[in-house]
Amino acid sequence: MTHRDPAAAVNGAPPPSFTDHLARHHPGLLPSARQLGTAGPGSAAAAAPQATTIVSLTYAGGVLMAGDRRATMGNMIASRHIKKVFPADTYSVVGIAGTAGLAVDMIRLFQVELEHYDKIEGTPMSLDGKSNRLAAMVRSNLPLALQGLAVVPLFAGYDTERHLGRLFSYDVTGGRYEEYEFHSVGSGSVFARGALKKLWQPGLDEEQAVAVAVEALYDAADDDSATGGPDLVRQLWPVVYVVNSAGHREIPERELQMTARNLVERRSVAGRES
Amino acid sequence: MSAAPLPGGRADHDPAVLCIARTANEGPGGFRPERIARGRSVVVLTCRDGIALVAENPSPSLHKLGEIYDRIGFAAVGKYNEFESLRQAGVRYADVRGYSYSREDVSARGLASVYAQSLGSVFTTEGKPFEVELAVAEVGAEPYADHLYRLTFDGSIADESNFVVMGGQAEVVREALARTWNQDTGFPEAVRTAVAALSATRGRPEQTSGSGVNVNGDGSSGYGGSEAAAGEPERLGAGLLEVAVLDRSPLSSRGTVRAFRRINTVELDRLLSGPEGN
Repeated sequence: MTHRDPAAAVNGAPPPSFTDHLARHHPGLLPSARQLGTAGPGSAAAAAPQATTIVSLTYAGGVLMAGDRRATMGNMIASRHIKKVFPADTYSVVGIAGTAGLAVDMIRLFQVELEHYDKIEGTPMSLDGKSNRLAAMVRSNLPLALQGLAVVPLFAGYDTERHLGRLFSYDVTGGRYEEYEFHSVGSGSVFARGALKKLWQPGLDEEQAVAVAVEALYDAADDDSATGGPDLVRQLWPVVYVVNSAGHREIPERELQMTARNLVERRSVAGRES
Repeated sequence: MSAAPLPGGRADHDPAVLCIARTANEGPGGFRPERIARGRSVVVLTCRDGIALVAENPSPSLHKLGEIYDRIGFAAVGKYNEFESLRQAGVRYADVRGYSYSREDVSARGLASVYAQSLGSVFTTEGKPFEVELAVAEVGAEPYADHLYRLTFDGSIADESNFVVMGGQAEVVREALARTWNQDTGFPEAVRTAVAALSATRGRPEQTSGSGVNVNGDGSSGYGGSEAAAGEPERLGAGLLEVAVLDRSPLSSRGTVRAFRRINTVELDRLLSGPEGN
């Protein structure tokens, strides 16, 4: 690449974005490069596992994200072990609802995108920058979303400039919306959000926030068949991440087991419909 | 020009390659290998805790050391624009590979061989070869699994053990390091050893003018500690150094798979003044 004009060379410099690099040199590796051909709308969705409910909420000093462990394919349970919340980098996490295969690929690309920028530029991307990059990835998936293979992420992170936890939701067209207090996505999101409305309050500490998230997912599983509740037989608990000024941290299974068991016990003792 | 200051001018070097280097040196392309040989030095050395990368570099933002991938680091001397573009290309190569295969499938050997091919093809086909010398380091789970590769402007690649020295007066630094290097040291001791070896080039009568220019250009504030004893070269201070490490077990110590970590000036100052404080 020889530029006679230095100004043209500046514009022609390789981008710090990994996705742009793939698009230019390895387009086949991009998740959005997949083509379905002429499949009719909706027909693909029944053939692919769908990931379900994710909840996210802010608490004193940070933000939390939790996801259940179920993936469904039509009326079948495709997986009881799937993880739908992932660390994106040190200060952010991302959860996914929708077509599991595409979503997991998108997360992997997003993780490399953030790390790549960090290494090329020598400085981490801002939280708004990260949320915008994710929006671009969701937007590039729009053709597949229209054929029934939608991916809807939820993004949460600690803003190291403003010193607070923030969360962002997306729609299939790549629309990015900052959410306050709490939000949920996926098939059980309506029920989870209803629970969060009653359970969330300002200034929750970390332990309370984990309990609220687990209970919201429990309520979602109660009414949505595609959302999995705590599995006492197989010892499966939701995946929960907290992000604060120290970075992200996965809540250990032992703590989640305690939280889930306490919740089930309390509900059993009450012996009520709700 | 004698063979010694040439980056490729080591005893074990293929004489045929040296020949080509001399031809290129006299060529019309503007290639000046002495620019590499006159620059400030970089040391990469293995130790018990991992691999330490130490560069004499007064700039806090124009790095000579960089992260390539989980366990792979990069060090360079020569022209900044050239080695920086090679570093970025290396990051792209590693990220594409790790994304399309798996994170474990990215190795320093693969990267070093890509670098060697690209430096070699530039050397033979372009008007001017890259005026750089690179080191690619991969930290293993155990010291015997560490890999150090040294690449020169003509695409020659050398698999080094224990340590790599590049840049100006590399021979002086290499001699000093050969005497003091020890496998069983932690990072603080390894960095101090490297800094002492880099400082060996200072205060020598024949190099006084060369290093004096560097120091005056930066101001005298870069020096740490008190005036060195007579005969001992003055030790480089934290302000004139760039230091990074590749942790042997980053997952247990920092909860990440990325082994590369920069040591900031404050931490470096504390680390360098360590033994005197005792």
